[in-house]
Amino acid sequence: MNKAQIKQRMRYWLGLDLLAGLALTFRYIFKPKVTINYPYEKGSISPRFRGEHALRRYADGTERCIACKLCEAVCPALAITIEAGVAQDGSRRTTRYDIDMTKCINCGLCQEVCPVGAIVEGPNFEYATWTHEELLYDKERLLDNGDRWEAVLTANIEADRGRG
Amino acid sequence: MTEPVQVLVRDKDGKEGAPFTLNMGPQHPAAHGVLRLILEMDGEVVERADPHIGLLHRGTEKLIEHKTYTQALPYFDRLDYVAPMASEQCFSLAIERLLGITPPERAQVIRVLYAEISRLLNHILAVTTFALDLGAITPALWGFEEREKLMGFYERVSGARMHANYIRAGGVARDLPDGLLEDIEAFCDPFLKLLDDLETLLTNNRIFKQRTVDIGILTKEEAIAWGASGAMLRASGVAWDLRKSQPYDGYEMYDFDIPVGTTGDCYARYLVRMAEMRQSVRIIRQCITRMPTGRVMVDDFKVAMPEREAIEKSMEALIHHFKLASEGYRVPQGATYTAIEAPKGEFGVYLVADGTNKPYRCKIRPPSFAHLQLLPLLAKDHMLADVVAIIGSLDIVFGEIDR
Repeated sequence: MNKAQIKQRMRYWLGLDLLAGLALTFRYIFKPKVTINYPYEKGSISPRFRGEHALRRYADGTERCIACKLCEAVCPALAITIEAGVAQDGSRRTTRYDIDMTKCINCGLCQEVCPVGAIVEGPNFEYATWTHEELLYDKERLLDNGDRWEAVLTANIEADRGRG
Repeated sequence: MTEPVQVLVRDKDGKEGAPFTLNMGPQHPAAHGVLRLILEMDGEVVERADPHIGLLHRGTEKLIEHKTYTQALPYFDRLDYVAPMASEQCFSLAIERLLGITPPERAQVIRVLYAEISRLLNHILAVTTFALDLGAITPALWGFEEREKLMGFYERVSGARMHANYIRAGGVARDLPDGLLEDIEAFCDPFLKLLDDLETLLTNNRIFKQRTVDIGILTKEEAIAWGASGAMLRASGVAWDLRKSQPYDGYEMYDFDIPVGTTGDCYARYLVRMAEMRQSVRIIRQCITRMPTGRVMVDDFKVAMPEREAIEKSMEALIHHFKLASEGYRVPQGATYTAIEAPKGEFGVYLVADGTNKPYRCKIRPPSFAHLQLLPLLAKDHMLADVVAIIGSLDIVFGEIDR
């Protein structure tokens, strides 16, 4: 038996491989913890985060959406349904804007193609429901989302301006 | 070593010792997804392993025939959902080849950067869950912490932690946000430290070695004959890497080595994946130092959507935007087989275009599919517990096997 073999045997019988691992995991006890206490603490998300959809309004309160139906055309999952009509002021507006959130794959193509920045995927990711029906969003719900998240949405779009 | 326990089972004629069938999965925690495995056992020894697939079939290839090229891209994220951008990159390269365009340099470097981040995502999961299947829980806990950081990089650039829809034909969807490259650079050193720690836990550990050394040996000839690729092939001693042999997206400009195993067993596959992660970090560092300035999408209104600022100012840009968003771009008639070195092996797309805005046919060649068919060969005459080790070392994902 040569020296290297003796060394290997010694390491084996003394259990050095196991002790090295145990010592390492022991050191990890003193590292700062990385877990967060969800739902009281939340992980950070970037301005580009693609979460729950929202329909935005202009500052004066008029809807941005002009019912061009580009989002409906580009949606790979066929989750968006739009019907167009003429509003009281003679402008073209949606009479129906539905998103089936159970079909949506959150690819972000709708917000990418929207020429007026009306439909956006906002920062909200906590919209789980108990029933299927609650996830069939209509126009009211989406505009409501837009009103609720407008401050964050504007800040996020501003933070990301000029990057395609 | 003691002899394996012989379980005597009577078949219906009352004969003793006939092989019995054991169903493993499709909801087995060590099956890495929805693998249903029919094992014909002789006592505790596997005589035949028969994988049944199709439980996650979504008809992706057929769906793609009915989507424009832009719409088809998100479906590629959902194939290998452990390293989503790798599949995207392959589809984008296939379209680019048919269109005859090359993305700008900055886009190529971003692609390489994210392809390597995807490789890290994949290998961390592969190695640590492999160890988890063999009873080591700690590596998985550490590894998933790093995966979380990497998915954070995905999220910052694309807006989604996994299904990025980021690498598009002609470049990438958007430019990098400020400060991202610095954060990726800062990630590298602690990550290498973690790899060292993982190796301390596993590489010389007697339990890990007893479960992996000489288990599921794949010889060089078998590996080539059965169409293995990626880490599976390299662990068997074949120095084959598409990033070196047919470089794409400028891989020829990066300095990295191909780790090659010698024994072709589960342990060698583990070692190759660990070494590949270190090489990936090397490539990521080079990407960060060489990151050029400029566009991230080809300057061609017929393929790339105009920028948002342009839509608001230029009528021509708006018209192109509407045409691209509603119809997509037309790809000239032709066919291509484009393959990339995805983290799991050779991921290929055979794309047939008929001149319209939708693919005529899109055949996906996933590496996991070729590797899963190796299972009966590798598992034969091994013990039941070794099947778990072999599945772990194959590194399969059912998103791309069942498609």
